[in-house]
Amino acid sequence: MKTTEATAPVPAESGATISKVDAPAGPPPKEKKEGAVLNVFSHGVLVIWAIMVVLPLLWAVMTSFKDDRSIFSSPWSLPDTLHFDNWSRAWTQAHMGDYFFNTILVVGGSLVGTLVLGSMAAYVLARFDFPGNRFIYFLFIGGMSFPIMLALVPLFFVVDNMGLLNTVHGLILVYIAYSLPFTVFFLTAFFRTLPTSIAEAAFVDGASHTRTFFQIMLPMAKPGLISVGIFNFLGQWNQYMLPTVLNTDPDKRVLTQGLVQLAVSQGYKGDWSGLFAGLVMAMLPVLAAYIVFQRQVVAGLTAGALK
Amino acid sequence: MQHGKYRFIVGFLTVPLGLYALFVIWPFIQSIYYSFTDWTGLSPEFRMIGFGNYERMLEDEVFWKSLQHSLLFAVLLPLVTLGLALFFAFMINVGGRRRRGGPVISGVRGSAFYKIVYFFPQVLSIAIVALLFAFAYNPNSGAINSALRAVGLDGVQPLWLGDPDLALWCVMAVLVWSTVGFFVVLFSAGMASIPADLYEAALLDGAGRATTFFKVTLPLLWDTVQSGWVYMGILALGAESFAVVQIMTTGPGGPDYSTTVMVLYVYQKAFRDGQAAYATTIGVALLVVTLAFAAIVMKLGRRERLEY
Repeated sequence: MKTTEATAPVPAESGATISKVDAPAGPPPKEKKEGAVLNVFSHGVLVIWAIMVVLPLLWAVMTSFKDDRSIFSSPWSLPDTLHFDNWSRAWTQAHMGDYFFNTILVVGGSLVGTLVLGSMAAYVLARFDFPGNRFIYFLFIGGMSFPIMLALVPLFFVVDNMGLLNTVHGLILVYIAYSLPFTVFFLTAFFRTLPTSIAEAAFVDGASHTRTFFQIMLPMAKPGLISVGIFNFLGQWNQYMLPTVLNTDPDKRVLTQGLVQLAVSQGYKGDWSGLFAGLVMAMLPVLAAYIVFQRQVVAGLTAGALK
Repeated sequence: MQHGKYRFIVGFLTVPLGLYALFVIWPFIQSIYYSFTDWTGLSPEFRMIGFGNYERMLEDEVFWKSLQHSLLFAVLLPLVTLGLALFFAFMINVGGRRRRGGPVISGVRGSAFYKIVYFFPQVLSIAIVALLFAFAYNPNSGAINSALRAVGLDGVQPLWLGDPDLALWCVMAVLVWSTVGFFVVLFSAGMASIPADLYEAALLDGAGRATTFFKVTLPLLWDTVQSGWVYMGILALGAESFAVVQIMTTGPGGPDYSTTVMVLYVYQKAFRDGQAAYATTIGVALLVVTLAFAAIVMKLGRRERLEY
């Protein structure tokens, strides 16, 4: 460490500790020490936060393999044997399997719908001039900042009147509607960045607008669709507020709801180990998918905020 | 490109716009209308009562408590979360010690690892996170108190979520835990796009790490910080705080309404107490708070945009 950076622990001192970066003799020893101390400190803080993030997750995994008695008597002890029966109990008796199935059904439908409808609206808003274009655009993106709960009170009755309450397709339609603001916002910006010449050439060659969109523009917009798709997938998979209000039929519960209900009912039944198994079961697939598709997930989730 | 243009536009916009209008815009308009009625939500009959609900709201002690808590969330949570995230992101990206022959600025060792790990909570549902911490906070058998016992702190056994003075802070801590990682990654991406020669110049002028942070990194990152601030505030007022408070605290809403936030109070009034009209009134107040918050942050945060 011959070229120590001039490091000051607090802003007030930074003016005083001046050293040339390429000073041949190196900075005075005191500074060097301070720099090292700060390095240890900053690295230490990073390690502590990493532990704070991982520890609760590991604790949950560990607890899911323990029996009820040891969960209560010694929360931090390792499981005596690996109680895999917790997991099978959670999957069948606690209906985690059904909840998974419902969630996949709802999210699958709404993700496809969101991407198709969102890209259609975004393409038109990004590429065509017509009266009301700006108004419709701001109508869409305004939805990002309104508190959804305010709309949920009347929405419950709108959905109920249409006979869509407690149905999978009703939930799918609502998910799509509430995912549109961000999707339209993001994809409109994305379509604007794509070159116009290719679409124009296709149009000159006699392709209709619709055909141009589906066969030329959508494939070109693939990176944007992946980003916004990941964003929506996580948002819809993890959605808690919408199903809590609109999906009260026990048989149709999605994963998050099911777990919360499980926690309430296990309070009476006392099957805590099964509950932890369910919790971990819900956590692991998403975490595993994140680790595999790490780069895309991060790009998808942060892309909107950086625009 | 004129041929069939309008037919195409109408054809492509009708379904998304119709769905959005029916499920989002229309309920919003309706709820503002309902806030002037005495609708219970249980029967279709209602009549107009003018500002009756608003007068009632101003005298409702629980409403004022929930407003206070929501405001605390909106101010403190972004401050703590973004502060921590900026610190971590700076350490990860710029805080590394310089190696001879290496780049002028570099992250600490293992920076990629930290970014991956810190992001974990972001991919989990807030409902799952809330459940997990509800167990960790359990005063008798929870992870936190038993860890305290294990290190000899038998005397320090707070009730956490059961203590009216502590419950709100416990809930906030969970929200910080679950959102810091997102902003670390967001700010890291922003910091990576700051040209290295700016740091080089700062180093040549003898700037320390703190000076570099406040004079170079933060001003150039300001736009991202500001939009992150608004984003976090909206989350803290809305969906995220609903999930944690509803799942974690007893009641829900905590002992003596100590954790009741506006969004939870709307939900309870509408779907538990059968007072839908009054619920929409509180919802309108929440809308006003949210928009005012966004406007204030945008105004306070306005700075000359720095091009680089």
